[in-house]
Amino acid sequence: MYRIPRLGKSLSIAKKDLKIYYGKGPVVIFGILLPFFFFFAFLVGREMPPLSLVAGLSGMAIWFTSTSISPVIAPWETRTKTLERLVFSPISVTEMLIGDILGSMTLAFSISAVTIFAVAAILGMIPVNFLTLLLGIVLASFCFSAIGVLISALPTDTTSDIMMLSTLIKFPLIFVSGIFIPVENLPGWGTIISQLSPLTYFVDLVRFSFSGSGSPWIDIAALFGFSLFFLLAADFSHRRTLPKRL
Amino acid sequence: MGSIEANNLVKEFDDLRAVDGVTFEVNQGEIFGFLGPNGAGKTTTVRMITGVLKPDSGRAYIDGVDVTTDPLRAKERIGIAPEEANCYIDLTARGNMHLAGELYGVPKKKRKEKSVELLDQFGLADRADSKVKGFSKGMKQRLILGMALINNPPILFLDEPTAGLDVASQRLIKERIRKLNRQGKTIFLTTHNISEADKLCDRVAIINKGQIATIDSPEKLKSTIQSTQSALVSFSGNGLGRDKLEDLGAVEEIEKEGDKYRLYGPDPGEIVEEVVDFARKENLKIISLNTSGPSLEEVFTHLTTG
Repeated sequence: MYRIPRLGKSLSIAKKDLKIYYGKGPVVIFGILLPFFFFFAFLVGREMPPLSLVAGLSGMAIWFTSTSISPVIAPWETRTKTLERLVFSPISVTEMLIGDILGSMTLAFSISAVTIFAVAAILGMIPVNFLTLLLGIVLASFCFSAIGVLISALPTDTTSDIMMLSTLIKFPLIFVSGIFIPVENLPGWGTIISQLSPLTYFVDLVRFSFSGSGSPWIDIAALFGFSLFFLLAADFSHRRTLPKRL
Repeated sequence: MGSIEANNLVKEFDDLRAVDGVTFEVNQGEIFGFLGPNGAGKTTTVRMITGVLKPDSGRAYIDGVDVTTDPLRAKERIGIAPEEANCYIDLTARGNMHLAGELYGVPKKKRKEKSVELLDQFGLADRADSKVKGFSKGMKQRLILGMALINNPPILFLDEPTAGLDVASQRLIKERIRKLNRQGKTIFLTTHNISEADKLCDRVAIINKGQIATIDSPEKLKSTIQSTQSALVSFSGNGLGRDKLEDLGAVEEIEKEGDKYRLYGPDPGEIVEEVVDFARKENLKIISLNTSGPSLEEVFTHLTTG
């Protein structure tokens, strides 16, 4: 019997995640410090226009914060057997996953929004499309958190396994999403891959929000579509692998 | 229809048939023990009944709700205390209670009141706002039991509720189980502790190699084994030789247990009469004399080995 996911149940999970996981080391290291170090390491010695700086740092911040903890909640909870507690409760897999995504999204949204507006202020830039930027941050933090939750479907209780897989996906995507190298400067194969990366659309949306040139609709539609796709893929994958975790 | 019903449940993992046609019914208000050796299919059966695993075939019902088609509605009617103390150690005891309440859809006000009440009942009121990280196993187990009761469920599933606990915690939990049962709750008790099942359960099911070997009340199960009827006797003084007792006609076998002798025979009553006569004749003082039938453990061993 299918039940429409109940938001209240998901919010309970999100609240629990925020209380337990988001003060932990990996969030601070992989979600806040790493993107800054990574970005400045690339920046030193290069001339970059302020718009590219804001777009690049925004993309890095939201990408890393969204995917810092969401992939490791499931293996952690498998190891501590708390996943079993959740599975015994009257809450569906979909509600559980939406809760994990909402928790991750809340953190990613808060950190990214502060970072983006702080960097913009330092560089003297003001978004010309404020609401579009805000919508972009909401959509991207949901979408990237869903990717993190999808990665966590790997049926393991060892977080390092998940971190390895997560790193394999996270870092290459940075290079093909227009953060360091504009998409139009990528080789042919790179351009094709960049279209498959949701990060490309967010970076493009940030550029639009600050410059006002171009159209945001493809980016918004793409982020929305990717969000739905990754949520459904995470749901499908977790349903298949959950019995192996218990 | 019973509170819990398993109807021909089957579950296979790769080539292994872990549960093979398990059928039973648990009556409302009953304490039902579920026993079996490791790997017998206990956990898989419980997971199917509680809606965590889908059976390959067969049906399970909780309070008349089909677990296989509507697991969420079925789960709302049960409270579960798994063996592993799986509460969140980074949350406080109260935080864990509140989370459990939220997951079971208990309204906020009720959730807060019930948390206070249960933490008090399980002797955790003074540690309510401490993180579970510093709790002993007994405290965690009591908290888990409290969490299982947050939604006041009519049916409770308890998995090894006293395993590895100190005597005081064991006693508290057993008392609570009896009290909950007196309040009308149906209790499904999975345990390795056969003497605990013997003392607590109205009926027990023994599962072996994925199939139910037997279901009955502990006393009826014990009466199915006749070969181990015995009398346990202790005399004053140390000079009594075993060979003298072997002359008793009703005794078939003798075992020395510390300062006592266990005398086996088909009629323990006759053994008692002969022992009393023997003591008078030999001018010995009997310190203790008890008859005993087979234990539930012997029934379990008989059904699960060989």
